[in-house]
Amino acid sequence: MKTKLTGLALATMMAMAPSAQAGEVEVLHWWTSGGEATSVAFLKKQLAESGVDWVDFAVAGGGGESAMTVLKSRAISGNSPTAAQIKGPSIQEWGELGFLSSIDDVAQANNWDEILPGVVSDVMKYQGEYVAAPVNVHRVNWLWANPEVFRKAGATIPTTWDDFMVQAQKVKDAGYIALAHGGQAWQDATVFEAVVLGVGGADYYNKAFVQADMDALNSATTKKVFETFGQLRQFVDINSPGRDWNLATSMVIKGEAGMQIMGDWAKGEFKVAGMNPGTDYVCVAAPGTSGAYTFNVDSFAFFNQSDAESTKAQKVMAKEILSTDFQRVFNLNKGSIPARLGMARTEFDTCAHDSMDAFVSSSASGSLVPSFAHGMAVSEAISGAIYDSATQFFNSDDSAEQGVAQLVAAVAAAK
Amino acid sequence: MFDYLEKQLPKLIMAPTAIAMLVCMYGFIGWTAVLSFTKSRMLPQWDFVGWQQYERLFANPRWHVALDNLLVFTLLFIIIALLLGLMLAILLDRNIRNDGALRTIYLYPMAVSFIVTGTAWKWILNPGLGIEKMVRDLGFTDFEFRWLVDPDMAIYTIVIAAVWQSSGFVMAMFLAGLRGVDDSLIKAAQIDGASTFRTYWHVILPVMRPVFFGAVVILSHIAIKSFDLVQSLTGGGPGYSSDLPATFMYTHAFSRAQMGLGAASAMVMLAGVMAIIVPYLYSELRGKKS
Repeated sequence: MKTKLTGLALATMMAMAPSAQAGEVEVLHWWTSGGEATSVAFLKKQLAESGVDWVDFAVAGGGGESAMTVLKSRAISGNSPTAAQIKGPSIQEWGELGFLSSIDDVAQANNWDEILPGVVSDVMKYQGEYVAAPVNVHRVNWLWANPEVFRKAGATIPTTWDDFMVQAQKVKDAGYIALAHGGQAWQDATVFEAVVLGVGGADYYNKAFVQADMDALNSATTKKVFETFGQLRQFVDINSPGRDWNLATSMVIKGEAGMQIMGDWAKGEFKVAGMNPGTDYVCVAAPGTSGAYTFNVDSFAFFNQSDAESTKAQKVMAKEILSTDFQRVFNLNKGSIPARLGMARTEFDTCAHDSMDAFVSSSASGSLVPSFAHGMAVSEAISGAIYDSATQFFNSDDSAEQGVAQLVAAVAAAK
Repeated sequence: MFDYLEKQLPKLIMAPTAIAMLVCMYGFIGWTAVLSFTKSRMLPQWDFVGWQQYERLFANPRWHVALDNLLVFTLLFIIIALLLGLMLAILLDRNIRNDGALRTIYLYPMAVSFIVTGTAWKWILNPGLGIEKMVRDLGFTDFEFRWLVDPDMAIYTIVIAAVWQSSGFVMAMFLAGLRGVDDSLIKAAQIDGASTFRTYWHVILPVMRPVFFGAVVILSHIAIKSFDLVQSLTGGGPGYSSDLPATFMYTHAFSRAQMGLGAASAMVMLAGVMAIIVPYLYSELRGKKS
């Protein structure tokens, strides 16, 4: 009797084995809203087809601060999820702490080195091996404009910062808000970043804001950057402090404001409002940055797993993330462009086409730079110091000299 | 056996809470103190660097803004809330009609969380939505009230909202104190021909000294802990002009991967709270002995 029962148990276990073998992935992410949630659901479905179960480890709450806290405590207690939404230099920090697992075999088998641009794959590697997979590329240096407002004000859409001041003044004189802006630290930093790139160029940007070179930071160019940045204060309305970015976008949509400087996620707002790119709204590179590109790449980093099954499931997931299907669906929903090169582009809109072209050309010319306002360029400590300096300067009457001095001191202290 | 158990029962029942307190409060305070002397960035690391994090902390201009703001906020908040609460309590104590209903109205803000208070005041004080727009719509087109978006004044909007929230509570404390004052004292003062003002100033208020002290202690720890109100009302802005030490600590420890620096700022905050609580405890304990 006893042996019979054991046999039965064994048989049941074997019957269950196939599904257990396929394994499951537990993924920490904060793509919980609208189009983002749809994109994640698609990945989930794709993995299910490969026999991998997806367990959500979604922690609601904006930029993922609360999610990161949960992730840290779980990693320390030796209970890491399979993958987590981590990007930029943070991947290196996690790598240094020894939590990330290499997925280099998947990457080699699928030619990631060839389908990904070098700047992107560098971010995904720790000590030469892939530990993360990119899902998309956002362009941050966009200027969104309402052509109707420009027509009424008799202004043209600016292509340099000097021209910006002239055209913005016209828009302002015509009774509109020239620059729709939300006065939150990260938005101040987003505009500041566009000014840095437009005024200083890609070489300066790389030296000063990626390598955090003190000589480059403490230079005449930085002073010029702060002068230009300071001039923008007059084109922002009095109610901007604390405003969310999407409310600023809707000011452009409603024709209350002329333009906004924001990453390509703003496109979603225009889309929801039923506006078409080119006719109802215009997307151009931020002034002075038409040949350049500040990128913000979202990615999943993979954590060490204790059992072989999870590791296997992890690799299936890594492979699926870079599949053309997922890259296409995810980025159509999110407004960004695929991280892998050479994909069919018919379904994407004209703004996305511009973004793809600029991505390839700037990559060739060396003016493809990581966004410091979105945690791609420097450690969190240094980007925090830049945030503080930019937002403090923009919300005060400080002179450009004071701005430079403060930035230099803050970055030095954060190093 | 039963007797023994009965004797030990209180200790047994208290033990879990005592242990929880020891570990979760004092244990973690100690841990934070240790962390503040390490190089910890994203996760705790045990490279001890002495007072370096404290040096970095006090070299940070944002920390000084936060400390100055805390001073302004704490002083104004405590003084205004005390005066307003006392005034309301005295007025309510004058046997006016419907004092029960009025009391409820003044106490009601206490039932609302600081997040709600902050959000509501954010709208009220926003120049494009709130008071400024309302007064301008009434015809006074030059009217300006822009403290919320003015870096020099933003901290005062936090005082306004915090006072609105807490003065009802202070009123309730004082009211309880006033009702507890011995009637014969007041009668005696009246027979001696003291005016109402003098009765309050020389007889009633001195009797209420412990209530004052209690109110100050409660208000000052609300002030030092203030986090949610700042977060929802100004988000620390414009810029970081309305940052308080609590928001500074949160930003650095949790969203900027500077755990050591955050721990150091938390320890400085703790020192601030101790500076208030220790004298209070001292006076309380000494009072009981004599």
